[in-house]
Amino acid sequence: MILHFTNARLIDPEALTDGPGSLTVQDGVISAQDDDAPAGATVVDCGGRYLAPGIVDWGVKIGEPGERHKESMRSAALSALAGGVTTIVARPDTLPPIDTPESLEFVTRRAAEQPVRIRHQAALTRGREGREMVELGFLQDAGAVAFTDGVRVVESTKLLARCMTYARGLGALIVGHPQDAGLSRGAAATGGKFASLYGIPAVSPLAERMGLERDLALVEATGVRWHADQITTAAALPVLDRARAAGLDVTAGTSIHHLTLNEFDVGDYRTFFRLTPPLRSEDDRLALVEAVADGTIDVIGSFHTPQDEEVKRLPFEVAAPGAVGLETLLPAAMRLFHQGGVSLPRLWRAMSLNPADRLGLPGGRLAVGAPADLVLFDPHAPFVLDRFTLRSKSKNTPFDGARMEGRVLGTWVGGRQVYGRGGADAAEVRAEVGA
Amino acid sequence: MTFRARHLLGVEQLAPDEITTLLDLAETYVALNRRTMKHGDALEGLTQINLFFEASTRTQSSFELAGKRLGADVMNMAVAQSSVKKGETLIDTALTLNAMQPDLLVVRHPHSGAVNLLAEKVNCAVVNAGDGRHEHPTQALLDALTIRRAKGRLHRLTVAICGDIAHSRVARSNMILLGKMESRLRLVGPATLMPSGAADWGCEICEDMREGLRDADVVMMLRLQKERMDGGFIPSEREYYHRWGLDAEKLALAKPDAIVMHPGPMNRGVEIDGTIADDINRSVIQDQVEMGVAVRMAAMDLLARNLRAERGAKAAEGGVHV
Repeated sequence: MILHFTNARLIDPEALTDGPGSLTVQDGVISAQDDDAPAGATVVDCGGRYLAPGIVDWGVKIGEPGERHKESMRSAALSALAGGVTTIVARPDTLPPIDTPESLEFVTRRAAEQPVRIRHQAALTRGREGREMVELGFLQDAGAVAFTDGVRVVESTKLLARCMTYARGLGALIVGHPQDAGLSRGAAATGGKFASLYGIPAVSPLAERMGLERDLALVEATGVRWHADQITTAAALPVLDRARAAGLDVTAGTSIHHLTLNEFDVGDYRTFFRLTPPLRSEDDRLALVEAVADGTIDVIGSFHTPQDEEVKRLPFEVAAPGAVGLETLLPAAMRLFHQGGVSLPRLWRAMSLNPADRLGLPGGRLAVGAPADLVLFDPHAPFVLDRFTLRSKSKNTPFDGARMEGRVLGTWVGGRQVYGRGGADAAEVRAEVGA
Repeated sequence: MTFRARHLLGVEQLAPDEITTLLDLAETYVALNRRTMKHGDALEGLTQINLFFEASTRTQSSFELAGKRLGADVMNMAVAQSSVKKGETLIDTALTLNAMQPDLLVVRHPHSGAVNLLAEKVNCAVVNAGDGRHEHPTQALLDALTIRRAKGRLHRLTVAICGDIAHSRVARSNMILLGKMESRLRLVGPATLMPSGAADWGCEICEDMREGLRDADVVMMLRLQKERMDGGFIPSEREYYHRWGLDAEKLALAKPDAIVMHPGPMNRGVEIDGTIADDINRSVIQDQVEMGVAVRMAAMDLLARNLRAERGAKAAEGGVHV
């Protein structure tokens, strides 16, 4: 089957360009750019809207195994496709954690049944308990794209050093959560005026920098490939710059929520805004946006964390942290575009090309030969988000009731259309799955 | 009379004229409480439930007495901290109690914001009797009444709040209230017990207690909340007493007619010298307890008036005569 996307604005994160063009897809891969439609091709008229590589969302929590009532593979997949995410890079912080080749094989098998690409990270230590390293080699052979204990920091510096040394021998990627565990224990907000007024236990934003400094010292000592999952404070950015200047193999990500919200959004103890790390000051947020624009921060993810009402409807400090984000990542990222801070190609580097490259995945680009994982969207389409319209099983979004701009009109994985928005918006676009 | 609130969750929500209304009404209850025959009827027929998720003797008895003096049926629910696993029970308890049709719910909870959460789930008036390190509005109001009676006003006073500010909801509510009434505030204590961001609150911050007490009109001591300490905030009790305990020598730096306050219970010899606490010329600590009952009567009276008005309006809307 041949598909020909015509009358599109192509976002090319490799060339950092954004302009009119067309794209031809054959046998699930991109076969030509700006060619005429080949004979027998199905033509998709994009109506001047934007066509970009599908989003690679690094750090998504799926509730399988253990918490399917919060999110199943299926609901995560449908939510992802509606949000223009074509590759989910899942977290290992499930119940039990993904820390053996057997458990990885189980989730890999379940993932293969889904219309979206799902790749898994594995835990770094058994049970994410920070005491013994997992079978890194077996897990890597079984398809783990990276190793991480998620937000649970490996407190033993000795063990972390050994994990890194071993991983270095395998060429494996370790993902750290830069945080001083002692300082941040029990904290639900960022230290400062807001947390003090509302009486919420808080952690100094410096805890992130201190955790980052420790991890980077070990990266320097071991030479491992390393990625910081979420950098959320201005104080951590110069540390990152120094590590890069020293030639360390280091990349860094951040969450869309920390780029678009600040601590005051918590307001009257609204627990959908309780995140890990906690929301930061507006100064931090602005510094992060700048860091994305200049490339200091490589990756933006949703850190999709489904939580049910039960664990959210609690006093703020004991409510479960996290927010869903698969479906709101793109419209929230459009805030950065509309506010003039970050261009669309730059955003797609952070949401698609960079995570794909860092994890060794083939997507994230419009180059000939790349898989035809594509998203068609309108960055200007306005809407008010109603959390009950989300496809995720959990509705814990901080954007409930928010005015947003940016709608996904269609999503293709491997050249197959897996999501399409009906109505006048996308008359030509037909859904096979989802919607 | 101006008092619009449906619940009393914090002094943050009160406007200066509402505070004045409440304190004026409380004055009349001070007079009532000093009579032999102490019964009022403002809460006649209403049910008041005291729901304490955190142990308390004085606040709970003060609320109980306030309710009883105004004719409410008062029930105490002592929910031991150990039996409350997590907040699920908070919502469940709230819904259960709500089904019993109470009119006033007085709640204390160890987590900030928990009382706000509970207030969303019930259809009666809720009074915050202290939530985590957030607010303790009736304490700030009783302190305000005590100060107003001693000093004749609440504005343009220099008030020094001393001690464990970081863990204290009393300090927070007092700062907010006295700030609204245009008094000048000093926060005095070791830097480890000062909340982060305190410098942005428009208060003066003094690590040196002598400097902090200089020419103060009101010296408000706080309990050193030992049970809240994760450990390691201060080196020892005796060093704390030496540097931040209120003794005669430090008090001499305040104005000659400065009053000494403490929300209780006191740690004598830790944050306050016993003789100062007992000095009837300086200490208004017993007055604070007395004002506490009157302020709580006034608060519940006003909330009950609003509750009755609201229910009346609803009934009228529905065409039901009451």
